[in-house]
Amino acid sequence: MNLPEALSGLWAYWLLIALMMVGLYIVIARDNLIKKVMGLNIFQAAAILFYVTMAKVEGGTAPIVPGGADHGAGHGGHDVLYSNPLPHVLMLTAIVVGVATTALALALAVRIHGDYGTSEEDEAVAYDMGHG
Amino acid sequence: MIEKILVLEVVLPLLAAPVCVLVRHPRFCRLFSLGVVAACFAIAVALLVEVRGGGVISYELGGWPPPLGIEYRVSTVNAYLLALVTSMALVVFSFDSRGGPPRVPEERRHLYYAVFLLCISGLLGIAITGDAFNIFVFLEISSLSSYILVSLGGHRRAVMSAFYYLVMGTIGGVFFMLGVGLLYQATGTLNLRDIAARLEPSLDDRGTVLALALLVVGISIKLAVFPLHHWLPNAYSFAPPKVSAFLAATATKVSFYLLAMVLFTIFGAPFVFEELRLQAVLLPLSILAMFLASGAAIFQTDLRRLLAYSSVAQIGYMTLGLSTANATGLAGGLVHLFNHAVMKGGLFLVVACLLYRVGSVHIDALAGIGRRMPLTSAALVIGGLSLIGVPGTVGFVSKWYLVSGVLERGWTAAAVLILLSSLLALVYVGKVVEVLYFRKPAETQPIDHVREAPLGMLAPAWVLAAAAVFFGLTTDWTYGVAREAAELLLAGGI
Repeated sequence: MNLPEALSGLWAYWLLIALMMVGLYIVIARDNLIKKVMGLNIFQAAAILFYVTMAKVEGGTAPIVPGGADHGAGHGGHDVLYSNPLPHVLMLTAIVVGVATTALALALAVRIHGDYGTSEEDEAVAYDMGHG
Repeated sequence: MIEKILVLEVVLPLLAAPVCVLVRHPRFCRLFSLGVVAACFAIAVALLVEVRGGGVISYELGGWPPPLGIEYRVSTVNAYLLALVTSMALVVFSFDSRGGPPRVPEERRHLYYAVFLLCISGLLGIAITGDAFNIFVFLEISSLSSYILVSLGGHRRAVMSAFYYLVMGTIGGVFFMLGVGLLYQATGTLNLRDIAARLEPSLDDRGTVLALALLVVGISIKLAVFPLHHWLPNAYSFAPPKVSAFLAATATKVSFYLLAMVLFTIFGAPFVFEELRLQAVLLPLSILAMFLASGAAIFQTDLRRLLAYSSVAQIGYMTLGLSTANATGLAGGLVHLFNHAVMKGGLFLVVACLLYRVGSVHIDALAGIGRRMPLTSAALVIGGLSLIGVPGTVGFVSKWYLVSGVLERGWTAAAVLILLSSLLALVYVGKVVEVLYFRKPAETQPIDHVREAPLGMLAPAWVLAAAAVFFGLTTDWTYGVAREAAELLLAGGI
């Protein structure tokens, strides 16, 4: 696969990878704990978008079987192409996990701020060095 | 009948947690959770007895047949893990820590038991389920509750360690989720056996190789494979002692099972170890872990930190067994899961006893304690001997089979290195024993008031110390089961 093809056909993946690395970079490079949590969130969002991207079927519609008795077989038969609903369902769970993680991380950050008087990692480490 | 109680293994602790939250009575919660864990242990033992010899028990959740529905499936491998987690949970829960974790006031202690039960249910869920995404969910349930448990340690650094653990653990969890996504993309299914049957891994298929890479790195973070172990020493040394004992004995063990399952069942030993040659990475990292982490343990002045670094080294032995990819070596790695759980769980419980009576486990504070707390110290010596791998203890059993597996593979140098690394264990265990028995207590720190630990603490620690000797002499239910599990894994089954 040459580069233009890889860029045009898989652009969503490149975007995801870029987003993921942005998130990871923030987690590594920032000292502020809240920013770290934000970076972690971006990182998770990239993974969630990956699943959502994967679910898209070209030309597919939302996976809702149209109509009841009124519409008849002509409208809602088996010839309709649907997107894959399963990854979306999985991501509902993953989003819940993400929310729980964020909530816990923020709670810990509050606790750390209470104990150290700072939300900056480097200052907290320096405090530990000074106080044993 | 046995299929019906299979699902209770996970459901019981999962439902018991909200019961604890609602009842809010610390004493009730303590006894109630102990009862639930005991029931889980009984189920796990029944399952293990049932599946030994190649049986499989399967349960379809909600009546949806696999591969569409989620399947709980127990073979020797899973039953071994379930028995390990529940037995350790039972011992740790029976440990009377006299007042719970330092940062939890009496009126909130019911929440501590609820989180503990959630953690157990997550770990059991990982071991029992046959669905890849379900594993991710249980992985996060157990991880999130471990972060909370770690943060309850008395020192302010406990919270900081929990935060690091959370960041690392979440990155690992997301990697795992991405890997599962790629596998789903390649096979269109989430059922583990179905994935294994449909996946045709090849080096040309970059999606599959990437999936393997993401899964291995993600799990390695949770398993604390060197050099991804950075969260572990802090988390284990600042967590409440009971929590350290439980996590050291179970959490990394379940991750090890997950790694073995991904490598052997999903991708298959021929692809991973012959085409991809993962052992070229895994073996050096294992050996580095054995030496560098043991080396770091020697220089620790806090007993908990010393044990935590020793855990990283012991994980190196397990992954070494994994990288041999033969029945003896893998069985050696698997049996070391249980053996290490017994000795490290016991040692961390001893630490809890020492903390309760002495108030510190700094190496200088322990001078001469061997005379004041003879039973506690003796349990520590047994655990320590087991870490070194002295014959007659469980550590010897693990190392014997690991070395045999490595020699079967023709890696003589690695076998020599295993034996040499035991010498490092001798140094750090020897250091603690020397302080406990032979060093005079400092003038500034009189130890005359120190008494033997109460029975509620001593008994669980001694149960594990006795188990370390018992299973060092009879290996049918440890190595026997691990061997069966290893053969099953190598054949690509679970």
